[in-house]
Amino acid sequence: MLTRDTRDPATRPRLLLTLLALALLWPGIHFSELDLSVLVASDSQSEMGRFVAAFWPPAHGEEFIELLLRATLQTLAIATAGMALALLLAVPASLLASRALSLSAASRAGHPSYWGQLLRWPVRGLLIFLRSVPEIVWALLFVRAVGLGPTAGVLAIAITYSGMLGKVYAEIFESVDQRPAHALLQSGSSRLAAFCYGILPNVAAELLSYTVYRWECAIRASVVMGFVGAGGLGQQMDLSLRMFAGGEVASLLLTFLVLVLLADQLSRLLRWRLA
Amino acid sequence: MNRLINLALLLCIGAAVVASFSYLGIDLGELGDTGNLHHMGAYAQRFLSPDLSAGHLQAIGHGALETIAMSALGTLLAAVLGLLLALPAAGRFGWPLQSASRLVLNALRAVPELVWAALMVLAAGLGPNAGTLALALHTTGVLGRLFAEALENTPPEPADAIRLQGGNAVWAFCYGTLPNLLPQLLAYILYRWENNIRMASVLGFVGAGGLGQMLYVSLSLFQEAQASTVILAMLLLVLAVDTLSSWSRQRWVKA
Repeated sequence: MLTRDTRDPATRPRLLLTLLALALLWPGIHFSELDLSVLVASDSQSEMGRFVAAFWPPAHGEEFIELLLRATLQTLAIATAGMALALLLAVPASLLASRALSLSAASRAGHPSYWGQLLRWPVRGLLIFLRSVPEIVWALLFVRAVGLGPTAGVLAIAITYSGMLGKVYAEIFESVDQRPAHALLQSGSSRLAAFCYGILPNVAAELLSYTVYRWECAIRASVVMGFVGAGGLGQQMDLSLRMFAGGEVASLLLTFLVLVLLADQLSRLLRWRLA
Repeated sequence: MNRLINLALLLCIGAAVVASFSYLGIDLGELGDTGNLHHMGAYAQRFLSPDLSAGHLQAIGHGALETIAMSALGTLLAAVLGLLLALPAAGRFGWPLQSASRLVLNALRAVPELVWAALMVLAAGLGPNAGTLALALHTTGVLGRLFAEALENTPPEPADAIRLQGGNAVWAFCYGTLPNLLPQLLAYILYRWENNIRMASVLGFVGAGGLGQMLYVSLSLFQEAQASTVILAMLLLVLAVDTLSSWSRQRWVKA
């Protein structure tokens, strides 16, 4: 006969797991110097309160609006120019790294020969290196190498995004039906022709939508890149924060919001239109 | 007609690219100038001999642990706060609270982590505490929204059954809704944690602790050898997280 269990049979393992997690996280509290009380401490609260109180009204002097407009345009231009440069590197790299254009794979049921794979590794490694260093670190390095200003931001986006685009493009090429390209390769066409007529028609829509999505990400990245001096809205934000100009910070935050929302909408429109 | 519109769009994109380059005044020819390349090459060369002395490696180990702790605690705080905000955002307590909590979540999410970090450095002082709070705030926005969507999509029947048997709302949630929800919540939390480790390593640029702060300081002091070790450490951290997450995904999620 079934009897009612008065306690939850899963209590003990759950309790033990929670205790284990707490024991693991305990040193983390020490390392991260976590201290929530600073948020309610009276002196930092009054400090923060004064700063936040200055948020209203957002700065809207004619001069500042002009500055804001220029910074916004700069941000957009950094993202677009960076993407254009990234594509210049990403497209050849993805062609080199992708197994889809392997001659040996065409006659070996899709498995490239040992040498073919070995030769692709340096390109793959380069792409991994390019995308594994965060873009803002590249920006910080380029600010030192080419000076303050948008050029550093453009180069940083170009480098990181060429790594990401190259890898994803290569994977997209491999993900579609390989038979048209293999047929072309085996009947003696060049690799480029096999790519253009055997693979590109199948992947064009996906390539476009991914590229537009990355452009949207580039805008978000270029917004914060200014914190290390790479131009755009972030640089203005850094300046306003250092001057404790609450109103300016508020306008900048609002501009961030509008820009990200607009980029989101525009990228949705482009993807719907082109894909 | 359709082709014409697409062609016009492509032309617009091309024009936008050209306009961007001319607006920023970037001269690629000048950038590729031999003198300039020489200068950049000389700068890059100074990174080629990373400082691998024991003292520096120890400092980097500490920085890396700080980064991991920041991301883990930030994500944990965000998961708790996100779940608390997701309940009203999923419409459990009526529409006024729903739209209010959605507004809060959107605002938290819209401000990038780095901006939160800059604000938190003002509020909580320099150091990893500011970074943890910044990560927690932004991630609360992201996780709250994801949790709210997951909550809306779970089947209500188990919870309803418990309510009809006379269990109160808390028990109905804990034993009727949560068991269905938990795997998805955990997947989201782990995914955000992965993102946050990456983010935590750069939050230090605005003074919020971790590896980023070490990199910023050593670059400002023109100690390229030390900086290059920090970059290597960041690279290792990111690669390790990538490998671990793809391995665990294959191991746990697919099954």
